Amino acid sequence: MDFSYTETQDMIRETLSRFLADTYDFDSRSKMIASSTGRDPGIWKALAQDLGMLGASFSEEQGGLGGGHLENALIMEELGKVIAIEPYLQTVVLGGGALKAVGGAVADAVIPEIINGNVIIAFAYAEPQGRYNLANIRTTAKKDGAGYVLNGHKGVVYAAPWATHLLVTARTGGATSDVNGVSLFLIDANAKGIVRRDYPTVDGFQASEIYFENAAIPADALLGDEGAGLPLIERIVDEATVAVCAESCGVTAKLHQGTLEYARQRNQFGQPISRFQVLQHRMVDMFMEVEQSKSMTTMATLKLDLPAAERMAAVSACKAKVSRSAKFVGQNAIQTHGGIGITQELAIGHFFKRATMIENQFGSADHHYERFERLTLAD
Amino acid sequence: MQLEFSPAEIAFQKEVRNFIAENYPENLRSVQDEGHDLSKEDFLSWHRILAKKGWIAPAWPVEYGGTGWTATERFIWSEELAAADCVTTMPFGLSMVGPVIYTFGTPEQKAKFLPGILSGDDWWCQGYSEPGAGSDLASLRTKAVRDGDDYVVNGQKTWTTMAQHADWGFFLVRTDSDAKAQEGISFLLIDMKSPGVTVRPIITLGGEHEVNEVWLEDVRVPVENRVYEENKGWTCAKFLLAHERTGIAAVARSKRGVEKIKAIARTEQDGDRPLIANPFFKRKISELEIDLTALEFTELRSLASEASGKGPGPESSLLKIKGSEIQQRITELALEAVGHYGAPYFRGFGEGDNEHPIGPDYAHRAAPTYFNARKTTIYGGSNEIQRNIIAKMVLGI
Repeated sequence: MDFSYTETQDMIRETLSRFLADTYDFDSRSKMIASSTGRDPGIWKALAQDLGMLGASFSEEQGGLGGGHLENALIMEELGKVIAIEPYLQTVVLGGGALKAVGGAVADAVIPEIINGNVIIAFAYAEPQGRYNLANIRTTAKKDGAGYVLNGHKGVVYAAPWATHLLVTARTGGATSDVNGVSLFLIDANAKGIVRRDYPTVDGFQASEIYFENAAIPADALLGDEGAGLPLIERIVDEATVAVCAESCGVTAKLHQGTLEYARQRNQFGQPISRFQVLQHRMVDMFMEVEQSKSMTTMATLKLDLPAAERMAAVSACKAKVSRSAKFVGQNAIQTHGGIGITQELAIGHFFKRATMIENQFGSADHHYERFERLTLAD
Repeated sequence: MQLEFSPAEIAFQKEVRNFIAENYPENLRSVQDEGHDLSKEDFLSWHRILAKKGWIAPAWPVEYGGTGWTATERFIWSEELAAADCVTTMPFGLSMVGPVIYTFGTPEQKAKFLPGILSGDDWWCQGYSEPGAGSDLASLRTKAVRDGDDYVVNGQKTWTTMAQHADWGFFLVRTDSDAKAQEGISFLLIDMKSPGVTVRPIITLGGEHEVNEVWLEDVRVPVENRVYEENKGWTCAKFLLAHERTGIAAVARSKRGVEKIKAIARTEQDGDRPLIANPFFKRKISELEIDLTALEFTELRSLASEASGKGPGPESSLLKIKGSEIQQRITELALEAVGHYGAPYFRGFGEGDNEHPIGPDYAHRAAPTYFNARKTTIYGGSNEIQRNIIAKMVLGI
C-alpha cells in the first residue's frame, strides 16, 4: 500500500497548474466562452504539443508518458481548479479509454492524433428517455452491406460542436434496455446524415442534440464486439465518473478557498465575517467535504482496474459522496458570499454552476447509492 | 500509488492474524460474547499477552519498546484486531502519557514509567477535565503549590475514565495563578495511592461505571514527577490531544460495527422481508458505509503524509469529528435495528444468576451502547472545539 505520487506525477501537476494559471484566469475564460466557437483552440493545441499533457495517460508505445487513471485524475483536478472547458474528459478519458481497451488498428491510428491534439471526441450516449441507465438505448445501428446505418437521437452531447469524432452507443440488437445488443462506435463527426443542434451549457461548455438520420458508417467504426459493448461502455463511464469526481475536487477546493478569502475581507458589524463562529464552522464543514471528496476519488481511482463488480461499487461510493459534497460546498459558498455570490461578475458563481452540473453528471447521488446497494447490500 | 499489499505485507497480515487466533484468551471471548462489563483483569489479560510478544505499543519508537512497523503494518494490525473483536487496550498509558513521557520526559522518568506502561503493571488515568473546565480546559483551577521538593496539590478532576483501577494519573494543574490561562499550567504524574486522593464513581446513562470524580486534598507530589518545565504543561497537553485524536477515528472498529449491523438487519424481520430489504434502512447503511470509506481513506492519506515526516497535525481534528459521528451512527442504527428489544434493561448477569436475558443477544447492549456513545462527540475536545481548531490552525481564520 502506498499513497505517494511519483516525481513524474508531481511534475505533470506543477506544469499544468502553472500553464493554467497563466492562460485560464477568469477574464480569459469568459472571453473564450463568449467567442464564436465558445473556446480557444490554441489552448488545446498547447496542452497537446507544448506540454505533452494529452499523452500523460497513454502508454509509451502509444506515444504517451506511460501513465493511466492517476494521471487522468490529477489533470482533471487541475482543470477543475480553473473550471476549464477543455474536452479532456470526452477526448482522452472516454475516447482514449475506449481505444485503449479495444486496441487494434483504429486505436493505433487515432491515439497518436489524440495525443497531438488533432482529434476531439464527443461521447454521444445519453438519450432523453434513458436517464442514467447506459443500456436504455433507442438509437439503432443496422447492418447494411459492410457497414452500419445509424438512426436515433442523442441528447446533451458535451463538446460535440468541437468534435472531429463521435463515440456513439447504439443498439445492434435487443430491446430498449436489454443488456445484450449494445454496441460502441467511433465515427466521423461530420459524416452525412448527422444533424446537430448546438447550444451552450449552463456551465460554460458547448453541447449538441444529435440526430442520426440514416447516417452510413463503415464497419471498422465498431469498437469491440457487436452487441457485446455494454461492459466496455460501463467501464469507460466508470472511468469518466471518477475523472469528474477528480474535477469536482478541484472545483470544490476553489469554492472553499474563494469563500475563505471573501470572508476574511468582507466586513459586517464592524469586523470581518470570518470571525463569526457560525461561518467558521460552516467553512470547516466545507473543508471536510473537500478532503473527503479527495479521499474517495483516490480510493476509486485506485480501484478502476478491479473486477467489474468491485470497480462499480467503488465508483458509485465515490460519486455518491462527491455529488453530495459538490452540492454542500457549492451552496454554502454562495450563501457565505451573500448577494454578490449570485451575480455573474464573480468567479465563485461559475464554479458553483460547474459543481452543480457535476452533481448529476454520469448519475446523481441517488442513482449511485442505489447501484452501490444493489452490488453490496443484498438481502 | 497503489492499494494492494506487498507480498511482505500479506505475510505480515497472516502472521498477526495467526497470532491473534492462537493467543486471544478464550475466557475473555466468552465474557465479551455474553455482554458482561469487563473487569480490570479482563483488560489486562490481553494486554499482558501483547506485552510479552512485544506488540503492545506499535506506534512507539523502537528504542522505547515500539515494534518498528510501517504505517501500513500498523494499519493491518488495527484491522486484524478489530476483525477478531479483540478488546481495546487502554489508551491512557499507551497512547497518551507514554508518548508525552518519551517526548518530553527526563531519562529518569522514561526509565521509571515506560516499562510499567508497556507491561500493564501500571494502570493510568487522565486528570484533565474539572467541573468548571470542560471544553475550556485551560480554565482549570486545580492548584499545585511548591513546598520544598514537593508540590502540594488541591482540587477536583472529573470524567476520569477507569480511575477506579488506576495506579497512576497524569494531571494538568495550575502552578502559576497570575499567568494567562494556557500559561502557568504544569503536567504532573501522581501516584493514585497517595494520601489525599479520593476516587468517586459517576454512573453514566447505560448504567456503567466508567468515569469518576477524583478529589485531590493536600496531595504531595515529588517535583521529579513533573514532566517538562514548570508552567509549560500546556505544550504536553496539546501534543497529547493531537495524538489522542488520530486514534479516535476508530476506522477498523467501525468497519466491524457496520458488518454487525448488516448481520442484525439480515436477521431482523420487517414484515415479510428482512430489515435490510427495507429501502430506507438500507440507505442508512449505505450512507454510513460510504462515509466510513471516506474516513478510512482520509486517515490513510494522513498516515501517508505523517510517514513522509509530518506528525499528526490539526487536520487530525477532521478524523476525530467524522470518526466520532460515525461511531454514534453505528450505535444509532443498531438500536433502531433491534426494534422492541432495545427497551429491556440488561444489567449483566448477577452473581449466580443463570437466567437468560430478554431478547436476542445482539439487542442486550444496543441501548446502553447508544447512550454511552454520546460521549464520543464530547470527549477529547468536543466536536465544536475541533471545528474551532481546524478554523484557526488549518483555515487560518
